[in-house]
Amino acid sequence: MSDIPIPADSLPVAAEIEAENKRSLLSWVASVDHKQIAVMYLLTSLFFFGLGGIEALLMRLQLAWPGMAILSPDGYNQIFTMHGTTMIFLVVVPSLLGLATYLTPLMIGANEMAFPRLNAFSYWLVLFGGLLLYFSFFGGAAPNAGWFSYAPLSEKPYSFQAGLDYWAVSLLAIGVGTVATGLNLIVTIITLRAPGLSLKRVGLFVWMVLVNSFLIILALPALNASLLMLLVDRQLSTHFFTQQGGGSPLLWQHYFWSFGHPEVYIMVLPGFGIISETIPVFSRQPIFGYGFVAASTVAIGLLSLGVWAHHMFAVGMGHRWDMTFGAASMLIAIPTGVKIFNWTATMYGGAIRFTTSMWFAIAFLITFTMGGLSGVMFAAVPIDWQTTDTYFVVAHMHYVLFGGTLFSVFSGLYYWFPKMSGKILSEKLGRWHFWLTFIGFNMTFLIQHVLGLAGMPRRIFTYPALPGWGIMNLISTIGAFVLGISVVVFLWNLYVSFQRGELAGDNPWNAWTLEWATSSPPPLQNFKAVPPVRSRRPLWDLAHPEDPDWKR
Amino acid sequence: MTPVFNPSSPQAAPIFTLFVFVLLSCIVILALVAGLVVYACFRYRRRSGEGDPPQRFGSQKLEIAWTVAPFLLLVAIFIFTARAMSNSDPTPADASSPDIVIVGHQWWWEAQYPKGGFRTANEIHLPAGRDMGVLIKTNDVIHDFWVPQLARKVDAIPGYPNYLLLHPDRPGVYLGACSEFCGEEHAWMRFRVLVTSQSEFETWERQQVQIASAPSELLSNEGARLFQEKACMKCHTISGTEAKGEVGPDLTHFLSRHKFAGELLDNTPENVARWLKNPQQIKPGCHMPNMQLTDDQVKSLTAYLDGLQ
Ligand code: HEC
Ligand code: HEM
Ligand SMILES: [Cu+2]
Ligand SMILES: [Cu+2]
Repeated sequence: MSDIPIPADSLPVAAEIEAENKRSLLSWVASVDHKQIAVMYLLTSLFFFGLGGIEALLMRLQLAWPGMAILSPDGYNQIFTMHGTTMIFLVVVPSLLGLATYLTPLMIGANEMAFPRLNAFSYWLVLFGGLLLYFSFFGGAAPNAGWFSYAPLSEKPYSFQAGLDYWAVSLLAIGVGTVATGLNLIVTIITLRAPGLSLKRVGLFVWMVLVNSFLIILALPALNASLLMLLVDRQLSTHFFTQQGGGSPLLWQHYFWSFGHPEVYIMVLPGFGIISETIPVFSRQPIFGYGFVAASTVAIGLLSLGVWAHHMFAVGMGHRWDMTFGAASMLIAIPTGVKIFNWTATMYGGAIRFTTSMWFAIAFLITFTMGGLSGVMFAAVPIDWQTTDTYFVVAHMHYVLFGGTLFSVFSGLYYWFPKMSGKILSEKLGRWHFWLTFIGFNMTFLIQHVLGLAGMPRRIFTYPALPGWGIMNLISTIGAFVLGISVVVFLWNLYVSFQRGELAGDNPWNAWTLEWATSSPPPLQNFKAVPPVRSRRPLWDLAHPEDPDWKR
Repeated sequence: MTPVFNPSSPQAAPIFTLFVFVLLSCIVILALVAGLVVYACFRYRRRSGEGDPPQRFGSQKLEIAWTVAPFLLLVAIFIFTARAMSNSDPTPADASSPDIVIVGHQWWWEAQYPKGGFRTANEIHLPAGRDMGVLIKTNDVIHDFWVPQLARKVDAIPGYPNYLLLHPDRPGVYLGACSEFCGEEHAWMRFRVLVTSQSEFETWERQQVQIASAPSELLSNEGARLFQEKACMKCHTISGTEAKGEVGPDLTHFLSRHKFAGELLDNTPENVARWLKNPQQIKPGCHMPNMQLTDDQVKSLTAYLDGLQ
């Protein structure tokens, strides 16, 4: 780090930071400050990441070898359901919303979100939903029908325990909270931008958050409504999703995936935004093709609303529908590819600094591309006819969600942790964290592609000892434990760096967007004065009066 | 080792070909992206003391290039996809009179042969080199019928029967599995397809139509009596006897099967005895209750079942 000179007068006094960091519990619970709420989002998702991770390790232990008996069949089904639900609704989405609520006001030069109380309310709904979901373990039984709980398996006759009721109610709470956050972010971005900061000048992270928030308010209501119908089916014996009485199990699939596919983009667009901030700063170059990166996000957002039935190719909708949805899904690969090429091009001609944040961003480029490519394979319908509901899909979704979103979140955390805490995360531990994650991740999931092609269905608690199945699963399990160790290193890094990390100063990375113009951590009122904004990189303009962006 | 890469029917083969084509295209793209990234990492790493490089903002030409090139590749993939779809999933000639009706049950497969008028479970026999129209249904939740070497997978959905054409080209044993999560024992809802020559298939058909051979020994006679007395008959069918239950697999020719309980167990007398002693211990949650049989009763029932050729 030390090779980037930090202006001495901007270094905060250590004691000031300590005082900031020792706020009372009440100040957290009662807070409507977007930064405190965001930190709570991040800590919440870290907590659930721990739980979801333990569940993952339990599953991998059970699958390490044919015929293991660590979990009972139903125990396994509860654990995989909780794992998927946790990782999606309580880890990936809240960590992205956390970063969005922390950074959006700062990056647009605002002092708060548009609706601070609504912001707090959303957060507490998400936490409440998460706790309620886990209370199901004590309240009878955890849900056990998978994260998409297909009817009629999720209906009373086949799942009479209370687990699915807990599942529906908690997701409803989380869903309502998330919609509110989406609205809040939209209004914030539209109305609270600093003078001069037109939509053509905001950071790409803000762009992606904006598109993402529109997706949230368009897609999540579909989930909320179908959860309500499922609850009414289960509690009041209506028949929305059961064949008897005139309902249809396929209706659930259409409703669910009309939320579920946009949801997978809700889970990655902010990650795209993070990468679009970190790669330029660490390559010392502006993003290549700002306009194309922003426009391709809008294209992805629109297309993602019209491809949901690609999750249903095995249903037998008929070739015409399969082909339509297959073609639409292939189209999404184009704007996604445009982004990958722009990020890569940003590195060309740059002066790349290999910080941990940059390492995660580079790894993202490769692993996310792999996940996107297996996505294209599914869009070639007959390939999906073979691979759907096998470990091939498990591999795909982890390449996009772990190798994509979580890698980008790590990149973002290493990048913005100094802003949030005033301390820099240890680069030495960071390097360990990165390489353990990268190796563990590929070891766990690469081989699952082969398992899928070998005929291993997903969501099975054990499998016959067919040739190669045992050893491939064992490799995957060992990889999972390497990943487990990497998480411990990460937690340790967060802890020690927070306690006694190097002081960050306002702008440790010499970055260009407005969040770096205030102190680290920012005061309750983010900005006393916002620097003049005449281009996309106001801090570059300040530092280079002889060569400002707005003169180009 | 990977059945998807080892197709044995004119339906699975085009999927394999498509897979190889798309996989190779994807590998080329991945190599391109990874190569560009790795090259940039080496070529443009910041040397110590270096300041910010000259700033570049983009290039319209490049943007157009990397929008249009992938689009053309996708058009090619789409054309191959459409061709492979009609080749790999043709409509059966006469969908209204299927050769086989497959019914998914939590957690076993029933195979009805309407033309022969008999049923089996978890082991489906087919003749090689002939079209067999299959109707796929479910008795409860959604299941999915998948034999990777023979055909695409197809869901079995309440109220929405699906058709599938099977046409294995050569004799052999092809493993299959339920691939839609269907509850507690989804893992053990496996099955196999046994493909034989047309004449062997016909011999098998003739065997299946016959009613169960009457028990010949003292022990198995006792077993036959217990089968009727102990409610087994409420759930299982053995043709030629009073047993006409439909909850569990047809046991008329139980001994002719290689595995049972959804491929969980080899069909040996010891395993059958273990199963009868307590199915809930072996396949927890399955819809056959622990019948609380004594060891002697288990022995005679096993003897009876092992006479059902
Ligand atoms: C309540 C219904 C019920 C009763 C009563 C019942 N079974 Fe079953 N049985 C089943 C079901 C359901 C299965 C399939 C289990 C599975 O594979 O998930 C089964 C499976 C079997 C199988 C293995 C069949 C195969 O090919 O997989 C045998 C053998 C068997 N039962 C024998 C018996 C005998 C003997 C009795 C009486 C002592 C009996 N059953 C009583 C429901 C029943
Ligand atoms: C090029 C872009 C992509 C394409 C064409 C694509 C295509 C698909 C298709 C067709 C499926 C269904 C597979 C099946 O179940 O049979 C699928 C599953 C999935 N995709 Fe993607 N995908 C892409 C990118 C992404 C991204 C960016 C994410 C999230 C970050 C994602 C997350 C998922 C998840 C979670 C599933 C599994 C859902 C489940 O069954 O539980 N995909 N994808
Ligand atoms: Cu999708
Ligand atoms: Cu199943």
